[in-house]
Amino acid sequence: MSFGGLYNYWIVILLMMTGFYVVIASGNLVKKIIGLNLFQASVFILYISVGKVAGGSAPVLQDGFEPYSNPLPHVLILTAIVVGVATTALGLALVVRIREAYDSVEEDEIHDQDESL
Amino acid sequence: MIGAQLPALQVVIPLLAAPLCLLLYRPFATWLLTVVTSAATLVISTLLLTQVLDSGPIDYTFGGWAAPFGIAYRIDLVNAYVLLIVSAISTVVSVFARLSVAAEIEASNQGIFYTAWLLCLTGLLGIAITGDAFNLFVFLEISSLSSYVLIAMGQDRRALTASYQYLIMGTIGATFILIGVGLLYALTGTLNMADLAERLPAVADTRTARAGFAFLTVGIALKIALFPLHLWLPNAYAYAPSAVSAFLAATATKVAVYALLRFLFSVFGESFSLETMPLAHGLAVLGSVAVLFASLVAIFQHNIKRMLAYSSVAQIGYLTLGISFVSELGLSATILHLFNHALMKGALFLALGCIAWRIGSARLGDFQGLGYRMPWTMGVFLIGGLSLIGIPTTAGFISKWYLVLAALEKGWWPVLVVIVIGSLLAVVYIWRVVEIAYLGKRLEEAPSGEAPLSMLLPACLLALANIYFGIHTELSVGVAHEAAKALFGGL
Amino acid sequence: MNDNPVLRIVAKIIIPMILIFGLYVQFHGDFGPGGGFQAGVIFATGFILYGLVFGTDALRSAIPAPILRIVIAGGLLLYVGVGVATLLMGSDFLAYNVLGSTPSGGQHLGIFLVELGVGVTVSAVMITVFLGFAGRNDP
Repeated sequence: MSFGGLYNYWIVILLMMTGFYVVIASGNLVKKIIGLNLFQASVFILYISVGKVAGGSAPVLQDGFEPYSNPLPHVLILTAIVVGVATTALGLALVVRIREAYDSVEEDEIHDQDESL
Repeated sequence: MIGAQLPALQVVIPLLAAPLCLLLYRPFATWLLTVVTSAATLVISTLLLTQVLDSGPIDYTFGGWAAPFGIAYRIDLVNAYVLLIVSAISTVVSVFARLSVAAEIEASNQGIFYTAWLLCLTGLLGIAITGDAFNLFVFLEISSLSSYVLIAMGQDRRALTASYQYLIMGTIGATFILIGVGLLYALTGTLNMADLAERLPAVADTRTARAGFAFLTVGIALKIALFPLHLWLPNAYAYAPSAVSAFLAATATKVAVYALLRFLFSVFGESFSLETMPLAHGLAVLGSVAVLFASLVAIFQHNIKRMLAYSSVAQIGYLTLGISFVSELGLSATILHLFNHALMKGALFLALGCIAWRIGSARLGDFQGLGYRMPWTMGVFLIGGLSLIGIPTTAGFISKWYLVLAALEKGWWPVLVVIVIGSLLAVVYIWRVVEIAYLGKRLEEAPSGEAPLSMLLPACLLALANIYFGIHTELSVGVAHEAAKALFGGL
Repeated sequence: MNDNPVLRIVAKIIIPMILIFGLYVQFHGDFGPGGGFQAGVIFATGFILYGLVFGTDALRSAIPAPILRIVIAGGLLLYVGVGVATLLMGSDFLAYNVLGSTPSGGQHLGIFLVELGVGVTVSAVMITVFLGFAGRNDP
């Protein structure tokens, strides 16, 4: 397959690395969660790309629509999306609590406060 | 009829109890439900283990869909062994939890606490029992999300940052596992582990297979807290509520090690994962560094919970060393140590929980003369510590012994030296506590007296188990040997 | 935003439609694209819009927290309960065939109930999450 024919996988890699970089490089707790979301979203696209059958329609059974895409990755990734939502909600809830306890969402400042104790 | 449904019930009972817990919401009622549920899972896992010992692996399919299409559970000796560890520890620790939690967590949050506990139990049992790669990811996330909640309930505000750190690292690990499973699915078109194991050899020599393998290994290594991916663990264990530290330290990393074993040996097969891929030497090096580095760091901790957490990182080093030998003996040492480490860390953290209940601290400075103020509790701590070091007639000795035998069999002398030095370092950090507790000056005005029986008895029980399984090794060693044999034989 | 008449009137018109659409996605999930997860989220957005326009206090008095908790637990119980029912009827966990007089009827009923459980739980969880964040600084 040609280089451009796999463009969605290149997007996956780009998104994955962007998200991963944000998680590692950013000291802001909220931005870390955003990076984590981006990272997870790239995996969702990976799964959906795997499920695509060339020339296939949406996986709804109807006469005259053959072939159809593999529905299993869609279902799997629906589960992973729900997990992602739960993780984000929990992560942000923790950030809210951290801000109430430390009055900051910057990793360095929080670290300094704990060190000074 | 009900016997055939045991694999489903193992997971369904705690899953059913969790929403009930949310409905009940009263501290005492939810605690009782948690204990009863844990005990029920313990009974089921015992029955499953005897069933597997009698008549070989059990297969179970969900919704009547046959194995490669539907989600299937497959229980062999390894699963049954891990299930037994998780449910037994949950039962013992949940009995302990009532007063400890009552002292450390507000009454209005205790309903949520026990709900999260049951969900965590569901997830851990699910990981151990499932035969489906994606299902494993889902259960992993169930247990992880609920353990973030449990850790965040610690009293110290640093529990929040610890939980956040764990959430970030844990989610990256889980997402890596998801990528790995996705690549394997793209390659083989199946998620069933037995089916994967059949189809993988034909396509093993592709970049996709190797990338999937790498993602899976790194992802699981993050959940195991294998050095140098262990950074989340010390804080998480140190600031979590006492009961949670005991529960997670004894089960969570064990189940992740099980997942690693399952993927390395059953799905990919040992020749691919440890010989074609250079993982055996990598694990040996990382395991050795983990043992030395974490033991050394543990010596300099002032917070005893944190010290034990670093000691856990070191113990994980031993577990991976056992895997790296690529021999049946090494593998049985790992599986044996899963069990024994759960016993000793359970006993140690429960003893710390009793101490925290009485003196409200886990700092070394507050342990002055504790050996006379809380003799039974410190006795439990001492037995757990001796087992951690590997003194003969304790459970810890047995697993170290098999580890040493496996190293000798391979002729890996450096690893042998690492094991010995690691044990000596353990002597040092346990001695620091013992010295202060027994030889430190006795403070007259300090709070003294034992913790209540409902906390002391579970701790004593685990301490006795450490000695029992150090002397009567037939059960633990026998099953571990058979399990190692089963893993080497493929799925 | 309480006193803006345009917002209030538009919200009052849109919210019922959102709820109906959520129910459509839920119950049409047997035949076409749809299902409990999506329907639950759509259904919850109706409530969240209500909370945004009329304030979290109004939303809280419409669905008090204890009721949300019961609904969350209830949905999950419905899901697991269907599985336990199939167990009790002598089949495997979540083997829907035994639920109806014919296998396909049983599958239909089983999936309907399970997705209903999912939808109920998801919508209650989404509303709880919204209230958890938006209502955090309320007195």
